[in-house]
Amino acid sequence: MAAAPKRPPLPAILIANTFLEGEVVFRAAGGWTPDPAQALVASDEAGAEALEREAAAGFARNEVVDAYLVDVAIGTDGVPVPRHFRERFKTLGPSVRPDLGKQAELRRS
Amino acid sequence: MYRYDEFDERFVRERVKQFRGQVERRLSGALSDDEFRPLRLKNGVYLQLHAYMLRIAVPYGTLNSRQLRQLALIGERYDRGYGHFTTRQNLQFNWPKLKDVPDILDLLADVEMHCIQTSGNCIRNVTADHFAGIAADEVEDPRPTSELIRQWSSLHPEFSYLPRKFKIAVTGAAHDRAAVAAHDIGIRILKHPQTGEVGYRIFVGGGLGRTPMIAKTVRDFLPKADLLAYLEAIMRVYNLEGRRDNKYKARVKILVHEMGLEPFREAVEAEFAKLDGPSVNADPAEAARIAAYFAPPAYETLPASDASYEAARAASPDFARWADVNLFPHKVPGYAALTISLKPIGGVPGDATSEQMRVVADLAERYSFDELRVTHRQNLVLPHVKLSDLHAVWQALVAAGLATANDGLITDIIACPGLDYCALATARSIPIAQSISQRFGSYERQREIGPLEIKISGCINACGHHHVGHIGILGLEKSGQESYQVTLGGDASEDAALGVLLGPGIKGEEVPDAIERIVAVYLRERVPGERFVDAVKRLGLGPFKPALTGAPTRELADAH
Amino acid sequence: MLIDRNGATSEAWNRVSGADAATVTRPLVPFAEIDAALAALSDGAELGIEVPNTIRLAALEPHLVRVALVSIVFPAFSDGRGFSLGRQLREYGYAGRLRAAGPLITDQFPYALACGFDEVDLPEASAARQPPELWVAALGVMSNTYQRGYQSGGNILDQRRAARRNFAGGRP
Ligand code: HEM
Ligand code: SF4
Repeated sequence: MAAAPKRPPLPAILIANTFLEGEVVFRAAGGWTPDPAQALVASDEAGAEALEREAAAGFARNEVVDAYLVDVAIGTDGVPVPRHFRERFKTLGPSVRPDLGKQAELRRS
Repeated sequence: MYRYDEFDERFVRERVKQFRGQVERRLSGALSDDEFRPLRLKNGVYLQLHAYMLRIAVPYGTLNSRQLRQLALIGERYDRGYGHFTTRQNLQFNWPKLKDVPDILDLLADVEMHCIQTSGNCIRNVTADHFAGIAADEVEDPRPTSELIRQWSSLHPEFSYLPRKFKIAVTGAAHDRAAVAAHDIGIRILKHPQTGEVGYRIFVGGGLGRTPMIAKTVRDFLPKADLLAYLEAIMRVYNLEGRRDNKYKARVKILVHEMGLEPFREAVEAEFAKLDGPSVNADPAEAARIAAYFAPPAYETLPASDASYEAARAASPDFARWADVNLFPHKVPGYAALTISLKPIGGVPGDATSEQMRVVADLAERYSFDELRVTHRQNLVLPHVKLSDLHAVWQALVAAGLATANDGLITDIIACPGLDYCALATARSIPIAQSISQRFGSYERQREIGPLEIKISGCINACGHHHVGHIGILGLEKSGQESYQVTLGGDASEDAALGVLLGPGIKGEEVPDAIERIVAVYLRERVPGERFVDAVKRLGLGPFKPALTGAPTRELADAH
Repeated sequence: MLIDRNGATSEAWNRVSGADAATVTRPLVPFAEIDAALAALSDGAELGIEVPNTIRLAALEPHLVRVALVSIVFPAFSDGRGFSLGRQLREYGYAGRLRAAGPLITDQFPYALACGFDEVDLPEASAARQPPELWVAALGVMSNTYQRGYQSGGNILDQRRAARRNFAGGRP
């Protein structure tokens, strides 16, 4: 459960839920962030391995659970967007409640 | 309704403390995550897509106003101001934090509620007919039996680590509103054909999910006193013999299927014969103690009709339209049970805001002997309302956005959370429900179509019961996109049947058109008074096939 | 680590093959080798057997008079078959020691005792995370249970019955 068994195509970001809250977070340079725009993007083998190590370490420290790599496309604004619709929903929030989840929270801040 | 005594009270309090301790032990490392996960599940805590989810048991769907107000409070304090009522008569909160769950459990315990065994490989929250105690076709109220089972199954030392989840449903009526055939164990209360004694018929091996099966009868007639020993015999055979090598084959339905019904029955009867019944069963005084809580409320003696109700109907066509659809006849003259639809046109099926919960709680307290029900159709019921109060209740519901007149109609759609919330989902289900609801929003049109149950699941696990929907919709992933399979002819009633796949998957935005065409075939082909599902059973899938994709239906029309 | 209801306890049994049963006191042998063990042992010598949780009660029944310890293997804590097997043994009348061997968790300890087990034999990795105090503490968490017929002190149905009886002035 610490790291995803299979690695997706690159580039990829590391997505997880915080253990005590359950909030969706991404691995950024300095730690975990709720903002996908801050996510570190691994575009080569070394980068992916580094993220996998963060996944294992974050899990061991009880910071996160269910951490795994997600393949992304980099938008024109430089923000990584998951290629799969499931992960896109995970970075946004419920499509039927645009007032909730990251889609609302990040817009507000 | 049932009230906790000192023992029940201490039990839930200690259970809260136990869960608090489990979280602490997970943090300290005493429990590994693999060990903690089943423990949190057995207490209703899932990790979903965006957050944790907490599933709260509403045993056999009965609530009082104090409980519903507490749920409203929890929704505001620890969630985002709303909750989701499910087909299993539970309530789910979509945004709680794990660290808050023990505090939420304390609040629940304050009102005699809990999350015990709302998930995990154990005996789940017992469900029952939501018109228990109201329906005229009832042999006996199923709730005392359900409460006995709730207590017996709670933290059962032998059956808390089963091969898979285990669901029990009870009905006391001829018309099955509890879908007993779709449960691991279904219990029907009936009278012995010869002696007239009240007892149980026991079904085993129903279930939906990826291998849907209709339950089979293992015992035609079980004396009431033997219930717990007999259940223990079934559970033991399942616990010992159920498959543990493949979680998709671990349900009791697969065991019954692979063993064969007769050998399974023999194994259960042999175990039952060996069990020391008197030491396991509840004594009659205990059964009577529980049953006393479900004594009918103090109904007034009223005439069967009420002039003020008739006058209100005449004065307000909207009220009359709602009453025509959302009322259920009460066995006591002068009363009705009414369905509060949680399916506003275009809304999220089963969702209720904290404010709405409070409105319903107030109505239940004032007009329905402080009682309400959660239905497996994701609606609420006020079970005992005087005809003369109906108009006032309706007005309050209108003000709260809860007066949608669609009980049992095409917009009364069951939908699981799907990919909007669920980590297991392969596609969304709620937006599909919303688009169909919008398409068929007209009341007149819905009445013309008549009873039609649409059920939508966001993956093969079938939480939305799509297999037994008159129209079932299953969301899958096909080539990186959401795709929807449509089945026809499923039936969750006593004529239980599984729907048959109509054709290849279609895109989400094509679903409302497809449903529209399917309904058009029905309207064209039906004989007077024939329900949609009966027409499908009579006609077969043939006439409906072209409707799925809108292929030309010319030949079909010519052939007639 | 071996745990009973009082905490850590010392192992009195010695794991050997059936053929070597007579070389130690209190041999604990795999059930498959019970014939060899019986052949090697003198009549009164104590014998323990280790059984998989897939074994049927009927296969054990003929041997139970000769056995003083049955150790049921729990391959994983999530595999609850052993609870039913233990309970069947007790219902059958087996009165010797009953052991659950495997990576159980403390929350299961009251269940194990209720189903008739006396002790848990924990692998070292689980024991390291779950010291004996946690096992003893787990027994005090739930003071009552709802099931009758299990070996747990406070079953609610019988307590209610007792309360009714007292209330009715001793009449049943
Ligand atoms: C949102 C999180 C949920 C998760 C993760 C979840 C998980 C599952 C899984 C894995 C199964 C398949 C079990 C099997 O076949 O062995 C299942 C079945 C089922 N779930 Fe859910 N479920 C969720 C929500 C719901 C909701 C909201 C409802 C009620 C509306 C529900 C009611 C059911 C029912 C009725 C079944 C079919 C029972 C059967 O297989 O016999 N679930 N669920
Ligand atoms: S059917 Fe699938 S998508 Fe829907 S709630 Fe169940 S597990 Fe989730």
